[in-house]
Amino acid sequence: MARAASPLMTRGLPIAVGAASVIGVFGLLEALLRLGVVNRYIVPLPSDVLLSLERIIVEENVLARMRETAYEVVMSGLFTILVGVPIGAALYRWRPLRRALEDWVAALAAAPLVLAFPLFLVMFGRSSTTVIVMSVITGLAPMILKTTEGFVATRPVLINVGKSLKMTDSQMFWKILFPSALPLIFTGIRLSWTFVLISVVGIEFLINLGGLGQLINDLAERYDLPGTYAAICFVILVSVVFFVALERLETWLQPSR
Amino acid sequence: MSNVANASTVTTVAAPKPQLVIDKVFKRFGDGPGAVVAVDQVSFDVRPGEFVAVIGPSGCGKSTLFNIIGGLLDDYSGDVLCEGDRVAGPHPAIGMVFQEESTFPWRNVLDNVAFPLELRGVGKAERLERAHHFIDLVGLGGFEKRMPSELSGGMRQRVSIARTLVSQPHILLMDEPFAALDEQTRLLLGDKITQIQQDLKQTTLLITHNLTEAVQLSDRIVVMTYRPGRVKRTVSIDLPRPRTSDVVSSAAFGKYVAEIWADLREEASRGMADAEGRTRGAAPRG
Ligand SMILES: Nc1ncnc2c1ncn2[C@@H]1O[C@H](COP(=O)(O)OP(=O)(O)O)[C@@H](O)[C@H]1O
Ligand SMILES: [Mg+2]
Repeated sequence: MARAASPLMTRGLPIAVGAASVIGVFGLLEALLRLGVVNRYIVPLPSDVLLSLERIIVEENVLARMRETAYEVVMSGLFTILVGVPIGAALYRWRPLRRALEDWVAALAAAPLVLAFPLFLVMFGRSSTTVIVMSVITGLAPMILKTTEGFVATRPVLINVGKSLKMTDSQMFWKILFPSALPLIFTGIRLSWTFVLISVVGIEFLINLGGLGQLINDLAERYDLPGTYAAICFVILVSVVFFVALERLETWLQPSR
Repeated sequence: MSNVANASTVTTVAAPKPQLVIDKVFKRFGDGPGAVVAVDQVSFDVRPGEFVAVIGPSGCGKSTLFNIIGGLLDDYSGDVLCEGDRVAGPHPAIGMVFQEESTFPWRNVLDNVAFPLELRGVGKAERLERAHHFIDLVGLGGFEKRMPSELSGGMRQRVSIARTLVSQPHILLMDEPFAALDEQTRLLLGDKITQIQQDLKQTTLLITHNLTEAVQLSDRIVVMTYRPGRVKRTVSIDLPRPRTSDVVSSAAFGKYVAEIWADLREEASRGMADAEGRTRGAAPRG
């Protein structure tokens, strides 16, 4: 009997502990706020935030905003793949290019691109295009780096198999290098879409435009503290679902490797 | 060697004309004091249908020789003649099986084995039929839809062998294909190889460092020295065929192993001393 219960324990227990800690932390915060240890004008009551969640979703047009954010994320994500994978492949193919550019790409990954938003506002106006262009650039670095890494990681013996079969360059690329690089390309896609989501919401917030990011900005400007925090929680929830879905998709796309 | 050049003019054939001739092959890596002569004036040949093993300790230049014969290293001196052509680049008559695991992890067994046919544009029905045939031949019938990650090391190596055989190469060239396997698997796989080789009358050149494997499988064994890699001796193995792994318990087998070991021992201990010296040099604390 004890043995039969153990899979449930091993799977259920961590989830239960995780949920308990979250509830515990918010419970503690609630207590500290009610006791006056923490100032209520800076941090709203978690219970108020929880109650505001429904109001936010119903009154603030959250579905339409989500659609807008989702549109920007998907467009940015697709462009990231479309641009990043070929650049990553080119960096693998031409070594001098790689030596010349790899560090710059890595620097791009580390740069706080959002700070350049006025420049993009000038070029594309206060529009979805600005959000998408900036997000594509943000998501590009991990996409390029992981793609190159994937090609570089191709096992030499597989390339030798190709040579011994007298494969042409394009056969070598499509039938050996590309499939071999694919797992890391998927990792690149997951990372860059993660960057893209953060960027889209951040820039929406910054330039006060359209989707979920703007909602937070709006509520903050109205000094609706519980509402602001509720919106932030909602964005976090959406992100978590998004990341988990990406991770599932990644493992599902490459079974038994 | 000269008989190759004359072969076309000589009509009375005593011994069959060699299918593969290795003639004074020499390969050095690097220049100056750090240069390593990996293969030094190696000559031997392989006749049609023959099973020849090249044996030598690790680091004696076997893989280098394998890459030269397979056409992956074309910057060598001397000649490798495959059916009369000097090998410079992979020769269509030679099929290679590599030491490292070389199945494509993104293809199942069937698609791995059918791969060379797919490259050549063989129609789907025919290519699957031929792939099935060679999968059965290596004893993997029923595993067609499995991915390599679901198979053991020995099974994956058999997939590689089937993938090479499917092209029906005139010469099968293998570099330590069983090196990563345990002894029992190796003996059983040896039986499989012997049986396939006899069925197909497959000319085979096996590169190995394993003594029992070489004696179990070969018609002739070329023993190499360690640094520089030269041919020390060639031994004909007159054990009866058909042969199975049972042969390892026979007195004649033991005699061959002992005889070749006497040659190999000196080379192997030189190789070992070399490796120890290098380890000491690299790790001064040790
Ligand atoms: N590409 C290379 N560059 C420099 N040295 C090499 C290269 N390949 C092999 N060698 C050297 O040549 C010698 C023979 O190597 P190898 O042919 O792999 O031996 P084996 O297969 O018998 O173990 C080794 O000392 C090795 O260090
Ligand atoms: Mg080797």
